[in-house]
Amino acid sequence: MQKRVSTTLFDKIWDSHVVKSLPDGSALVYLDRVFLHERTGSVALESLKAADHAVKNPRHAFATMDHIVDTLPGRGDKTLMPGGENYIRTMRRASNEANLTLFDIHHQDHGIAHLISAEQAITLPGLVVACPDSHTCTLGALGAIGWGIGTSDCEHALATQTLRGTKPKQMRVCFEGDLPPGVTAKDMILHLIAKYTASGAAGHAVEFAGSTIEHLPLEARFTLCNMAVEFSAFTGIIAPDQVVFDYLQNRNYAPKGELWEKAEAHWRELKSDSDAVFDREIVIKSEAIAPTITWGTSPQHAIPVDGKVPALNEAVDENERAAMKVALDYMGLNPGQPIEGLPIQGAFIGSCTNSRLSDLRAAASILNNHRVAPGVRAICTPGSAQVKRAAEQEGLDQIFLEAGFEWREPGCSLCFFAGGESFGIEERVITSTNRNFRGRQGRKTRSHLASPAAVAASAIAGEIVDVRKVNGR
Amino acid sequence: MKPFEQHIGVCADIPINNVDTDQIIPSREMNRVSKQGLGEGLFAGWRYLYEGTEKVGENSEFVLNKPAFANTSILLSAQNFGCGSSREHAVWALRDFGIRVIIAESFGRIFKNNCARNGILAIPLAPESIRHLREQTQHDPQTCLLSVDLAQLTITTPDGNPLSFDMPTFDREMLLKGLDYIDYTLQFESDIESFIKEDSNSRPWAHL
Ligand code: SF4
Repeated sequence: MQKRVSTTLFDKIWDSHVVKSLPDGSALVYLDRVFLHERTGSVALESLKAADHAVKNPRHAFATMDHIVDTLPGRGDKTLMPGGENYIRTMRRASNEANLTLFDIHHQDHGIAHLISAEQAITLPGLVVACPDSHTCTLGALGAIGWGIGTSDCEHALATQTLRGTKPKQMRVCFEGDLPPGVTAKDMILHLIAKYTASGAAGHAVEFAGSTIEHLPLEARFTLCNMAVEFSAFTGIIAPDQVVFDYLQNRNYAPKGELWEKAEAHWRELKSDSDAVFDREIVIKSEAIAPTITWGTSPQHAIPVDGKVPALNEAVDENERAAMKVALDYMGLNPGQPIEGLPIQGAFIGSCTNSRLSDLRAAASILNNHRVAPGVRAICTPGSAQVKRAAEQEGLDQIFLEAGFEWREPGCSLCFFAGGESFGIEERVITSTNRNFRGRQGRKTRSHLASPAAVAASAIAGEIVDVRKVNGR
Repeated sequence: MKPFEQHIGVCADIPINNVDTDQIIPSREMNRVSKQGLGEGLFAGWRYLYEGTEKVGENSEFVLNKPAFANTSILLSAQNFGCGSSREHAVWALRDFGIRVIIAESFGRIFKNNCARNGILAIPLAPESIRHLREQTQHDPQTCLLSVDLAQLTITTPDGNPLSFDMPTFDREMLLKGLDYIDYTLQFESDIESFIKEDSNSRPWAHL
């Protein structure tokens, strides 16, 4: 009898989507869904039309307006970003022409692409979903392959319902044990990237596993998978389990009745074989993770919040030392200085990383009966209309507003500066987003990535604080 | 797409790790629904001087603004060049500015793909080789040009020594012939159709 070949979760999904293996070792891979947003999707649809290609399967293609649209109450097509209206109108026209399903600005289920793709059960376990956005890896939390692509590949995806790609190598990152109090999925992923660098998973798809992950609520799994790309991974993925099935059942595009039963039986098989071999394995003891925050301009520039900005001589590589020097200068920090106690001028809760109900609850529990420190501009942008409604039903909006936070309409908002709204020059901002790149939240704005609870606690204090010291206050 | 065969040009060095696509083209510079005319926004945060958010002139300190680096068409960098946002605008801006080749220790995955789709060579090389290229060119960039040959897979330095590099076969073919990716895949349309048919039977829940 032939020996059974052990496969990983990623193998199982990838292999079952190969339409054709090509001579150079790459493959044409079938895509179950394509999701667009107005910033990159508009260009893709326009250029597809100019080349006289049709969208192959519009029923499997979806679109939203998240990146450029304003998040101020009363917003419309006009945006603070110069030229933004053009993106929005083009997107609307082009997706109507191509018969895509569009979650337009005032749609009751509008929101950030990666949130609504899950909320609507457009992404299901075992699917391969592509989106011209690097954070498509977020959807790996449902046990799907989220494939972030550029605009040219997006045109290819729309025209052919496939992508050409070479299967990446594979890495498993096991988080084992209990997380200490005050430590979240955001801290887990920052800890991992700080330890293994921002290019640590280059060329690899990463499966997150281990006992910590098994006990992690779904929303935290989204946070973890979201930042796989900041680790340079092809994507991040977690084996789907009951938590995922319970979440998806009865959602809009989820299969129903008998079809659901069939699907669920299939999804239960979606896991790495116990003897599957990974190209790399990393094990992290979760008990050793502290609340983590970035000091610099790459997600790998992260330290425990009670730690110190690293000394320059600790970086061996000369290019890294150069990058650190530029980062310190940009951030207005000195090597060896503590991060706790740095005064802040801005606080942001939002983005596809941390703008779900549990994130807002965590922040609200800290904000309750407190006020944001004078001089701090604090903004909360729920990631989707569903999250916003649910939060308002619980009265979270009131807690945010009473604390002095702005309460926004869903969208990417101040996760990135597109020429419209921004934080100020040399302002220090603590943010629940995923990128602390130079200029990401405004020209010369200094962004520190952290968990939503850490953002809330720091907003009250007016300086960066260790969330463990305020928890349960 | 224009076929790519050989390119000889001035080479400039940006020797830092993790140059992300937000640096290559800041979001605020992506102000049109088009792939053209983005060169002006290339490295905008570094290339220009600002008062508040207003551009008030060129930053003469930035490498691409120095006369010695006029007409740069080749970039050298370090690890993970083009990481971060998937924005293909980064590649369109580089192309529009006149960059044809980028040589770095490693690249962001999506960025590297985007380069191949737009006729730019993204060449990964070992740190020693990059150091060698730097030493060979940076003291006199207008005279010490690099010559990149995609058919031969070589980079030749001013001292006449060729360094070889790797490029996935398919990307190389497409670049050499200037072929269109979508047209190429559409020759397999019947394979795609039969896959979809079979798959709708075996995974009906995945088909809407
Ligand atoms: S929230 Fe930020 S990271 Fe997420 S998709 Fe929007 S811009 Fe990108």
